[in-house]
Amino acid sequence: MKFTQDRIGWRPWLAPLAEEELTDEHWEALVDKARAASPYFLLLARDPHVLHARTKTDNDIFYNADGGLPRAERELAATATSRRNGCVFCASVHARFASHYAKRPADVQRLLDEGVEAEQDERWRAVIDASAALAETPGALNAGHLAALRAAGLDDLAISDVIHSAAFFNWANRLMLSLGEPE
Amino acid sequence: MTADVIDRLAGIQPGSRLDQLRERRPDAREHAQHSYEALFCPETEEHVTLIERDAVAAFVAGLHRDDAVAGFYAERLGELAPDLLTRVKQEIDTGRTTGPYGAYGEPELAAESTVGPVHRSKLDGRLAAAFDHAHLLVFRPREAAAEHLQILLDAGWSTTGIVTLSQLVAFLTYQVRVIAGLRLLGAAA
Repeated sequence: MKFTQDRIGWRPWLAPLAEEELTDEHWEALVDKARAASPYFLLLARDPHVLHARTKTDNDIFYNADGGLPRAERELAATATSRRNGCVFCASVHARFASHYAKRPADVQRLLDEGVEAEQDERWRAVIDASAALAETPGALNAGHLAALRAAGLDDLAISDVIHSAAFFNWANRLMLSLGEPE
Repeated sequence: MTADVIDRLAGIQPGSRLDQLRERRPDAREHAQHSYEALFCPETEEHVTLIERDAVAAFVAGLHRDDAVAGFYAERLGELAPDLLTRVKQEIDTGRTTGPYGAYGEPELAAESTVGPVHRSKLDGRLAAAFDHAHLLVFRPREAAAEHLQILLDAGWSTTGIVTLSQLVAFLTYQVRVIAGLRLLGAAA
């Protein structure tokens, strides 16, 4: 399977909890009850405290609309990170979000097809480069990346949002890649 | 409740510009700390012991070569199991490399596959399996396969224990990046 914006599935390699096994603590950990339909979240529910904290962190980084980076570019950072780390499933979900919010599906597709080096405009270049640098181990983010973000018009909060969106997908990619596979 | 680890390791002072910035995303701030507490001050050690958690964390932090973060987790392990810390430091020395790399399972992406080292821990039993898996997650997550989970199961890890171990490694890859990023943003003022 190539990197794609199509809807694809994900199948766990370990047994998720069954919905009838869920206690009040598990339901709270899922945060959004609709997530009980997801084998991924039902698997993570085996450690409910960590799942709850993970999900609250995720939601604030991507959904908090109080200033900072537009949602489209938070999703772009998530997509670039997933592309660099090699998570086809994560990239598919967040590429669709980036395309939807930015209304730039062709630019997003070029990121998926050609990778993080693919040509982009100055602002997306800066967001993708910072995200790709953060995906390196040891970390390769440097002052030049932040200067490029600032030159592209991002304020401190928006830069902090790039850092958090990209950093979070290092967490998410590793769970998705190692606990199951796309189908 | 312990002091906020990201604030401490990124050097963020109360009332500073970065403190105010973090307050704009209050849930992300609070729940990154809750994640840390859930992983490192667990209610139960049934599936993963505290020593296992601290040992894997010291290894993962060491692989990232961020002195403040590596020092923090090494100190935690050193208080609990000083002899083990010495062995974990040897694992860090042999495990250090640069990532992400790895072969793609998808044939369409084979042209992008890159090879790199596979860690072989010299520790024992459960911990050796956990260290090999942690190294896989840190450096070549794209190579992760069902067989790697079978190795953990065979070494005595429960399904729930594998979920917690995976969360612990993956969370640390988040925490260390936020710390490094915020520290850089503070310095760029």
